[in-house]
Amino acid sequence: MTAPPNDCLARNEWICGAYLSTRRQILLDAVVQHLQLTALSVLVGLVIALPLAVLARRWGWAAGPVLAVTTILYTIPSLAMFSLLLPLYGLSATLVVAGLVLYSLTLLVRNILAGLRAVPEETRQAARGLGYGPVRLLLTVELPLAVPAAMAGLRIATVSAVSLVTVGAIVGFGGLGNLIYAGMNTYFKAQVLTASVLCVLIAVAADLLLLAVQWLITPWTRAGRARAAPRRRRARVRAAGAKAGRA
Amino acid sequence: MSTLTATWHWLADPAHWSGDDGVRHRLFQHLVLTVVCLALSCLVALPVALVLGHLGRGGALAVNISNVGRAVPTFAVLVLLLLTPVGRWGEGPTVVALVLFAVPPLLTNAYVGMREVDRGVVGAARGMGMTGRQMLLRVELPLALPMVLNGVRIAAVQLVATATIAALAGGGGLGRIITAGFNLASTPQVVAGALLVAGFALVVEGVFELAERLAPTWTRAGR
Repeated sequence: MTAPPNDCLARNEWICGAYLSTRRQILLDAVVQHLQLTALSVLVGLVIALPLAVLARRWGWAAGPVLAVTTILYTIPSLAMFSLLLPLYGLSATLVVAGLVLYSLTLLVRNILAGLRAVPEETRQAARGLGYGPVRLLLTVELPLAVPAAMAGLRIATVSAVSLVTVGAIVGFGGLGNLIYAGMNTYFKAQVLTASVLCVLIAVAADLLLLAVQWLITPWTRAGRARAAPRRRRARVRAAGAKAGRA
Repeated sequence: MSTLTATWHWLADPAHWSGDDGVRHRLFQHLVLTVVCLALSCLVALPVALVLGHLGRGGALAVNISNVGRAVPTFAVLVLLLLTPVGRWGEGPTVVALVLFAVPPLLTNAYVGMREVDRGVVGAARGMGMTGRQMLLRVELPLALPMVLNGVRIAAVQLVATATIAALAGGGGLGRIITAGFNLASTPQVVAGALLVAGFALVVEGVFELAERLAPTWTRAGR
């Protein structure tokens, strides 16, 4: 008779090298699904949020209702949001993406609108004086100046989406959340810990990636950084305080 | 359309409101979890944040803890806690997870609020001979109150959401109606539970909005 195996999997340890090597394909599939769900929902959110924010900026009266609706959407807990969409999309990946789009929409509209509103009136008038029409003004002056605020929103939206995808496990499309859910039902410690750590790593990597993208596309913010540093730090502290988390 | 009517029938059925799995009991659990954990989190976070803000120390920690809190999935923390010894104390994992996710917004907002108090005002208070404790309680805290309360509001909304996800990991609360609905493959029950949770979250947000409007002018956030 062969003796029962006595490796870390059999002992159900939290950290287990054998788990990583034997379940490599499962982990890879879950990570890919996690990345796809996150990227798709943030991109769709961005595509919808941009025109909404521009319209809300053009017509002042639209800003109030747009912000009110997005605030209400953001208040709804994620599990309830996915459940409310169930009659529309059934048990599908679309349901998870739709729910996440609604959350990222909220963050992006608010941040892009704040960025557009922060463009100095003198800058706008200077561009008009140079003969810029409304479309050219928007595309070449206002939107580029709103990029830092928009990117701040995009980073929060992406990091939140990475963490919220896990709740999609309730409909079977949760990326690493599926592994956490299955691991919970079988008390599989190594699987739960590995999937959780991977989630956090994806969130951190996505945040750093977007930070690098922002650094590349806004070269003008780097000029004169030394002089503006103290003021900017205070502004960042204030912005961090105003942001809300989401579960 | 048929889902909507079925949902309405589910909600209108008195049998679904009574008993241990009934709406009334779940609503009560959700409320108790939210209130108790909000009080606990305030007790933990606010003294630390106010003292750090007064001293002007630990700013990087207080601000970054919110970003860390956002990157860590609530669901993962709940399951991890469930598999540790904490998981054996009934609602233990839920309470610990709720407090963990409510503390960062409280800490960050209270700290930032304290640091945003006009330095000239603080200097004047010092010039009048106030001690550190008097400055903290009579000058900085009243002026930082709008930000502190904004943090409490964000924490409360976060608590409602986290308590809902706790149902996935076996915790009590309104989320259990949703998870039970999924297990029974009953869409009307899932949607009814979701409506109850969304309504609960909006009521909590509304209570804070109302409190903010009724409060004296100086406690309002300047926006």
